[in-house]
Formats: sequence, structure tokens, C-alpha cells
Amino acid sequence: MNESRRQILDRLRAVSREEGGVLQRRVDRRVWNQDEKVQRFAECMSAVRAEVYRTSEVSWVNDLQRILKSKGAGNLLYAPAKAHGKLLREDLSSSGIELVPYDLEVERWKRRLFEQMDASITGCRGAIAETGSLILWPDEDEPRLLSLIPPIHCVLLRAEQIYSTFSEAIDIQGWADGMPTNALLISGPSKSADIAQVLAYGVHGPKSLVILIIP
Amino acid sequence: MSGEFHDGVVKALGDDALRQHLRRAMDSLIAKRLAVFPDQDALQELRRYGMAIRGNALSKLPQLLERFEARCEENGIHVHWAETTDEANKTVFEILQSHDVKRLVKGKSMVSEEMGLNHFLEAKGIECLESDLGEFIIQLAGETPSHIVMPALHKSKQEIAELFHEKFPDIPYSDDVDELTAVARGILREKFMQADAGISGVNFLIAETGTLCLVENEGNGRMSTTVPPLHIAVTGIEKVVEELADVPPLLSLLTRSATGQPITTYFNMIKGPRQPGEKDGPQEVHLVLLDNGRSRIFADEELQATLRCIRCGACINHCPIYTRLGGHAYGTVYPGPIGSILEPQKEGLERLGELAEASTLCGACGEVCPVRIPIPKLLNRLRWEGVRRDGTGETSGQGRRRKHSESLAWKAWSSLASRPALYRIAVKSACRFRRMLPQQLGPWTHVRKAPEIAEKPLRELVEVQGLTDE
Amino acid sequence: MGNQMPRTVYFFATCLVDMFYPNAGLAGMALIKREGLKVIYPRNQTCCGQPAYNAGYRDEARKVAAAQLDLFPGEHPIVVPSGSCAGMMKHHYPDLFFDKPEHTKAVDVADRVWELTGFLTDVLNIKLKDLGEPLQVALHTSCSTRREMGMAHAGESLLAQLDAVEVVEQAHKAECCGFGGSFAVKQPEISNAMVRDKTEALRATEAALVVSQDSGCLMNIGGAIEHQGEGPKTQHIAEFLWERTRER
Repeated sequence: MNESRRQILDRLRAVSREEGGVLQRRVDRRVWNQDEKVQRFAECMSAVRAEVYRTSEVSWVNDLQRILKSKGAGNLLYAPAKAHGKLLREDLSSSGIELVPYDLEVERWKRRLFEQMDASITGCRGAIAETGSLILWPDEDEPRLLSLIPPIHCVLLRAEQIYSTFSEAIDIQGWADGMPTNALLISGPSKSADIAQVLAYGVHGPKSLVILIIP
Repeated sequence: MSGEFHDGVVKALGDDALRQHLRRAMDSLIAKRLAVFPDQDALQELRRYGMAIRGNALSKLPQLLERFEARCEENGIHVHWAETTDEANKTVFEILQSHDVKRLVKGKSMVSEEMGLNHFLEAKGIECLESDLGEFIIQLAGETPSHIVMPALHKSKQEIAELFHEKFPDIPYSDDVDELTAVARGILREKFMQADAGISGVNFLIAETGTLCLVENEGNGRMSTTVPPLHIAVTGIEKVVEELADVPPLLSLLTRSATGQPITTYFNMIKGPRQPGEKDGPQEVHLVLLDNGRSRIFADEELQATLRCIRCGACINHCPIYTRLGGHAYGTVYPGPIGSILEPQKEGLERLGELAEASTLCGACGEVCPVRIPIPKLLNRLRWEGVRRDGTGETSGQGRRRKHSESLAWKAWSSLASRPALYRIAVKSACRFRRMLPQQLGPWTHVRKAPEIAEKPLRELVEVQGLTDE
Repeated sequence: MGNQMPRTVYFFATCLVDMFYPNAGLAGMALIKREGLKVIYPRNQTCCGQPAYNAGYRDEARKVAAAQLDLFPGEHPIVVPSGSCAGMMKHHYPDLFFDKPEHTKAVDVADRVWELTGFLTDVLNIKLKDLGEPLQVALHTSCSTRREMGMAHAGESLLAQLDAVEVVEQAHKAECCGFGGSFAVKQPEISNAMVRDKTEALRATEAALVVSQDSGCLMNIGGAIEHQGEGPKTQHIAEFLWERTRER
């Protein structure tokens, strides 16, 4: 193994090349104001069949409840330690939608997670207007599979956290200084065109992506 | 190879349904790409940037690989190096064996196709299930991918419906795409839950942060890299980029060029295994870096451009040859223009040099390549490598395509065409005796009339008109 | 070259025009002469070397190419009635003679090369007066003219100047006709399938005539249409432009 490493690197090092010019990197920024960013983000998301709702600090739980009911979701997987998790416990418990905390290691409840969860909710670290993408940095409190396993994934997004481009988000949020074990861009519900180039949704991940934008 | 490729060509050209299917698919992909690059100047600028980013990474490849490896080790990813596909397969197997893996799920990975990994592991008794919908379909059918981005592109809806019906007789027949997708989802969900390991490819490696980046739409890549307790990624040594900042432009070029999407549904950036306190993610992450001829390609200054490739498949989608043949006729892992420059270098010209000749050099591939690989120029270069005899350079199988009769013909031609006086006599005689020249010119005249030689050549007519320089 | 109007040009006719399409060569020169330029046909020209170059026989190609390098003294533009031969001279001569003594000369020649239709539009800014009868015409812009030379606009804008000519567009117009020089010989089945599709698309336009900038494409498309029987005629674009606009 180490022998292969040495051989490969030796062969690569043996090639002497003139130093190319220094790569001029640039951050791709757009002059979009807040409204334009929200607008662009919502348009991109709608184009890939994500559902975007503009809601507010006071009404998002109600809106969420209404949306989940309309989709027939009987339960909601959530991150109990997050701020929005606490709010949900206070405001959604009497709604008839069962709140299920993701507070165990996946191995201890894999089958239930895979087979019985109707919907999930997560926060996000922001979004990208240009491509209509959510930035998720899963962590101890809000594990990775929250955004992948249940057929409906709901996301809370604060409008001021929408960046114009991916490179702007990386730059302003200082990603290079430290990233989580797993970082994600999510740009719509799971989909595939592998059968005769016909789009089908909900292949492996969520079939519905619901975004609640809070100004 | 020669016979093999020819057989593939004849078979593909004989399949009218396949040709019509491919044409429709390619037309749609071409239109989608065009629609997401509305501004030509911006596109050209982004292509130049993409080329510079990949070029920069290759110019520092050994340093970046070492830096990347060091960051991975800090992050808890185990890095393995493999010179050959055989070594890579054995490495993967050893890791699986040490974890007592019986069943694994796979995300889409062309490098694993290059390795023949499924075949290798199944012979050792490990169940490998492809989880990308397209890969799942062709695995069911016992085939190989016909396209690097859309592996089941050659299959019609009806063919897939019949395949599902044959393989899962308990499930009622349907040719509804949503229903077929739901069937696959159901089967694969169970497999994701049970899998002891997940295997994936990688789209970009980031040296600065030690990150593995995966691009996908379905979520199977996320499943394979998140649910099972062990994740093994396999990729080529050329996939590294220097900084995180290099990723957004490449990602944008990749998804827009490949499928005309502004971005794919998931862009998955993996830094390491599950950390204490985290509730999901693999306990161990391994990465196998495969050379398999890449360091040899790297050694040639011109051909090194081959390694800039980000595997978007745009060259394939725009290739008039691929549109006629589909991917299987090539008989290689990577079909189309990128395959026709990569495979002969990887596998040697003696075996696959013919692929470099299977191009009209029309330039459609080079025109769309997001990192500006001059594919036609490299095809031409490989034709030269195939017949040159000076023994310089690195390309395997150099000179092995040279045929004595052909080289004599070119020699004779060059002697004639480099002697104007002699050439003039030859041309004038050809015109004078044109009626005596053969009218059947092999395959050319199977579908064409033989070209007609003029009664008098231009060189004679201009002399009459006083247009010459004398 | 800049924007300065040249007074003299060299005409490099190409081996195929010389032997198969001499009228296209004469027409190309006539179009330039009518604009008041002097046209020189270097007598010792043979072939640009492309056939051997694309077959991988670079030494043989270089030998032939080297024989052309001295034909163009001075600074006059070199006009070529073929996108692929122009592409060979403009884009591949510098590589072909890389670290050879002729390199400087090859680069100088390359810099002066123009594909004919591009020269007519971009340098001469030619204005055409159509004197012909109404006609439907399809244009097959050769791949080299379109991509390597970047001159797809030239043929289109020249035809657009002809009042009585209606340009009809074939499906997949930017796609290769399947000629590709040695490709047609080495991969005849694929080439045949491509030219069959190309002629089908052209026939579907119901154009009476197909014009192109490249003799290779014409030989391929024209030969296929003739073999199939009925169908549009084919002609080099230079010959067509000259016929439509020449005062009799």
C-alpha cells in the first residue's frame, strides 16, 4: 500500500512542469437586494417542485401544521434541542400531529425511522438564491438523516440568510475555516430521470420539500 | 479490439429503435444545456475559469494529493492508494472483510465500473447492490452503463417495465415511471437499512479541507454514505482541486453541462466519519485513490488535458457518433469522445487505438467541454501516437497502429504533393484520364456516387486567366 | 491584419477544389477580384497536408505543408475556399512545425489565413446584389468553418443578402455530415449512417440546392444524394454566390 503511494507520487513528481500563472480566484457576487434574492430563490425552488411558503415568526408553526395536515402527515420528526424544536413542543403538541424527536443513534431505531416517519423538520444555515439551494450543516442535535429519510422534509429558512451565490455563501460564512462532518446543499425534492428521461420524484430521499421562509 | 468495435458498430447501427431513442434523448439533453447557458460570453468566461481551476490543480497534483491526504487523516478518513484496478479491488475487499461485510449498497461510481468492483466482490460472496436508479436497472439487466451520467439511457420505458416485471413477478406490471420508481424505492430502502457498508464515487476532492464532494439527484449517494456503518469511496487521483473556493464554479459547470440543471438536488460534502455525540453517519470512512494509468497520462504535457475532465458527459451528448451508436458499441467503460481519448491511453493504443480514429473531428465535443479539453486535438495526437515510430513519449502502444501499406501510401502521397512540378503532371493526367479511373471506391460508393474529377483542374484554368504568380 | 483593407490576396485553392471543384475556385477568386483586389494563385500550391495530418502521419503531412510555406511572401492575406484546409493552416501549422526551423514561417502563414466566406464578410464586408430567380437553398456549414474557424455567421449572412434566395434550415443543421476525411474510409458504416441522416434532413427542407463551404462535405452529401436518386443539387457556396450576382 505505502509502496503504491510512493510509486504514484514519484511518477507524478518526476514530471517537471513550468509553474503556471497563479490562479486568479474570484467570488461570484450578484447585486441582488433582499427581495430579489427571496424571489429568485423561490422561483428556482418552485421550478423543481419544492413548495415555498412565506410565513412569519409568529405564524410558522400554524402554517406548518396546516401544510402537514393537508399532506396527511401523522407525525413529524424533529430536533428537540434546537430552538425551533422547543417551539414546536410548545405549540404543536395539541395539533394531533405526533412529534418524534431524533435523539437516539440511528442503529437503535433504524426501522422505525425508515418506515414510520411521515415528515421531518430542520433548520438550515442559509440558502443560495442563484440556484435555489438550502445549506444544511447537520450536527449532534440535528442529525443527517432528518433531511433524507421521511417522505416530506420541511425547512425553516430566515430570509436574511439567503446569499446570492454558493461562492458568496462560502466566503461570507467562512467555510474554509471549518466545516462539519457532513455539509449539504439541497435544491429540491429527490428526483431522477433515469427512466426514459421522465422526471420522477421521491426516488430515495423526500418526495416533498417544503420551505418556510421567515422574514 | 478492431473486430470487437466493428461488431459493436454494426449491431448498434442495425438497431433503428435504439437510434431513434438516442436521437431523442440527445436532442433533449442538448436543448436543456443550451437553456441554462443563456449568456454565451458568461459561458465562455466560466469555461475558461473551469479550465484554469483544473489546470491549476493538475499543475500541483502531487503536492495537492499529499495535502489532501494529510487533511483526511486529521479528519479521520483513511486514505489508500492503488496503482491498478486489481490493487484497488483488493484494498476494498480487505476493508470489507475486516468489517465482516456481507451486503453493501453502492452509489453511482464510474471508477468502480473501471475497477469491475461488483464482479470482483460478488465472486468473493459479497452482495453489491447498485442504488442509483439507472445503475439499479442495468444491474438487473446484467448490463454495463451506456453513458457516464445516465447509465440506463439506452433503455426505453417499456424495456424497463418488462425488466421489472420479469425480475419482480410479484409486483403488478406497470410502465408508469412513478410506479416503477416507487418499486425501486421500496426495494432499495430495505437494502439501505440492511447494508453493512456503502460504496460511492467522488466528484471532487478538496485538498484545502480534506473534503469528498458528491453530486447527485436521487439521494442514494447520501444514503450509501450516511446509513451504513462503513463508507468506502473510490476515485481517481486526478479528482483533487486545491481550494474549497474552486468548487462552486466547477459544480455549476458540471451540472449545467451534464443535464442542464442549475444544480443537482444534492451536493454532499463529506469531511469524515461520525463524531462523538453525532447520531448518524458511518463509523468509518475510507478513500481509495486509483491511478490505473493516470500518472502516465499526466506525464505528457499535451495529453495531460485529458485529466481535467469532470465527467459531465456533455461531449457524449453532443457527439454525432455516440448519437448513432450509443455507449455499448464502444466496448469500454467510458464511451463517447472522452472515452475515445481516455481509454486508448489507459488501456493502450494496440487495443483501443481505433477509438481515436472513430471521429470525424467535427469539434462538437471540444466546443461544449466545460473545462475546454481540446478533445479533437487529442484524438489527432493519439492517431499520431498510434503510427509514430520514434519511441519517445509515454503513451502505451505507441506505433502499434502503423500498417505497412498505409504508411507506404502516405509516403508516396507526400513525395508527390511536396514536388509541385510532379504534382502538376499527376493532377493534369488524372483529369485527362478521369474516365479510366475506377467508379467503385469501396464502402464510399456503397451509399455515394464516386466524386467526379474535373475535365481540367483549377491550376490549368487559372493559367489561362492569368491569375498565377508567374 | 486589423481593419485595413488588403489590396492583394493569395488564393490557396486546396487539392479538392483543384481537381474536383475548379469552378468553385474560379468563383471564389472572381468574387474577391470584383471587390477591387488583386488575386494571386501561387502556381506551386498542392495540398495543405491535412489528409496525412488527420491520419496521424505527421512527418508526411509536414513535408507537404513545408512545401506550401514559401508560396506566400509578404503580408497579403491567404484566402482558402474550405474551412477544414483553412483550419489546418491556421490552427495546426504552428503545432506541426513546433520546434522545427520553419516554425516562424508557419506561424506567419497561419496568422494570415482566412476561410473564404469569412474573408468576404469580415474583411471585405462584401455587398451582394442578387440577380437570380427565386430559389430555396439550404446551407450546410462545414464543422471546420463553424467551429474551428468560428465563421458560421459568414455563410448565413452572405446568403441572407440574396433577395430572391430563401434559406431553409435543415434539422440538426450544426451536426457533422459524416465525412471526416479518412474517417469515411476507416469507419464507413458510421459515416454512411451520418450522411444518410444528413441527406434526409436536407431533403425534408425541399430546398432545390444545398451549398457548403467545404469540398469534402459536398463530395459526401452530393455523392449520397446522387446515389439515392432524386434530391437537391449541391454546390460550393462560392460558385453559387458568383452565379447569383454576376453581371452577364
